Amino acid sequence: MSEVVAKLTKIVPPILVILLLIAVWWIVVVKNDSAIFPTPLQVVTGALELAQDGTLWEHIEASLLRVGTGFGLAFLVAVPLGLWMGWVGGAFRTLNPIFQMLRPISPIAWIPIAILWFGVGDLSPIFLIFISSVFPMMVQTTSGVHTIDRRYLRAAANFGVSHWVLFRRVVIPAVLPEIIVGMRIGIGVAWLVVVAAEMIALRSGLGYLIMDSRNAGNRYDLVIASMIIIGMIGLLLDGTTRLLERMKTVKWRYVR
Amino acid sequence: MSDSKIVVDGVAKSFVSTNGALPVIDGVSFNVDDGEFVAIVGPSGCGKSTLVNIIAGFERQDQGVVKIDGVKHIGPSPKGIVISQYGSVFPWLTVQQNLMFGLNGGGHRDRAALADHYAAMVGLKGFEAAYPHELSGGMLKRVELARALVVKPEILYMDEPFSALDALMSLRMRIELQRLLGEERHTVLLITHDVEEAVYMADRIIVLSPRPTTIQATFPVSLPRPRKLSSPEAQGLRVAILKELGL
Repeated sequence: MSEVVAKLTKIVPPILVILLLIAVWWIVVVKNDSAIFPTPLQVVTGALELAQDGTLWEHIEASLLRVGTGFGLAFLVAVPLGLWMGWVGGAFRTLNPIFQMLRPISPIAWIPIAILWFGVGDLSPIFLIFISSVFPMMVQTTSGVHTIDRRYLRAAANFGVSHWVLFRRVVIPAVLPEIIVGMRIGIGVAWLVVVAAEMIALRSGLGYLIMDSRNAGNRYDLVIASMIIIGMIGLLLDGTTRLLERMKTVKWRYVR
Repeated sequence: MSDSKIVVDGVAKSFVSTNGALPVIDGVSFNVDDGEFVAIVGPSGCGKSTLVNIIAGFERQDQGVVKIDGVKHIGPSPKGIVISQYGSVFPWLTVQQNLMFGLNGGGHRDRAALADHYAAMVGLKGFEAAYPHELSGGMLKRVELARALVVKPEILYMDEPFSALDALMSLRMRIELQRLLGEERHTVLLITHDVEEAVYMADRIIVLSPRPTTIQATFPVSLPRPRKLSSPEAQGLRVAILKELGL
């Protein structure tokens, strides 16, 4: 019984805040008699309309596919490179400055170059997602290697294990929690960027849906519906990545 | 003295700091025979840990020689396993995986069986699949001990192995270690600030001076085992060692 109460006290306050926000929104729109800004009901109707004719799912699928591809490529590049830079001092000293310089450049700033190199098809947003998520994952992996507790490396040296065992049994598992943090940051920016990238000259994706809804007769109900869907999918992506933290081999990092 | 397991001859070491060189070890020489249990006691900060790190091959001395089995020692090896105060049980591996870490050769099943045998020996039966964060401090120490013993090291270097445990657990582990050493012969070099621990376990006790450290005194301990710390001989020895330490 008390468990149910504990759960309720966790769930009820955030729901109340959301309900309050919707109420305020509704009242303000009705009081102002706005012609363009939709009420919550209009947004829900608009979203249902999109869901029913299937276009919503197509847009979601297109965005997720771009994020999946760009993020996947970034992961494949970032983790080995990060491990290498973390382990080999020379690699770190040689490559870190250039990566640190590239990292603060907003992915949005790469849009003109993306269009120049890859045109206006699927490759441009994938490239932008790659650029946006590769650096956080790499930096996190590198710092993960740098912060491996020395006593574990000493123990490995003491037992005289091969480089392969050292890497597989000590370095990789020690860095894994940091890699997961990098993945969470990476997937977060990737999702931010895909929407921005799709606003430019693409004919699918949630970013396109927003721009298209506005251009095709000021359908602000669909604009806001898309925004809410984007937020919910972002939350879902983060939640999915967080599931990795439950793996038994990384639990040590999160206890206490 | 060619049959000595460990020969430490004129070892000296300084650390470089902003104020110049800080001498830590100022010429230490001693031998440890095969199968002997030698305890080194000294005031905290006297360079005990540095000394054991040099002997185990993790640090390099500035002067002097360390020989293991008559061979000049370079770098760590599974021949001598270090067990330190902080512990180095891998938190991402289960108890069994930790014990199997240093094993190579033989099939997976043989290694697992050997690991389980040692887990049982230190009283970890039933915890083979547990992760370290699920264990208490005393059990973690047992994992570390078993992980060292399973590779059958000729030498155990113990750097204040039980000082992070509470007093009762520390006593318990002391008795446990004594029992394990009765089952399998090892040469042991124990670093401790606990004089009673040294008197209880060692064949010989070396007392170090404050930094830069030298050997101040050596006490052979010929009391029969299991020892009673309350016996007059043990108490006499304890008082004599404490006196050397200025207490």
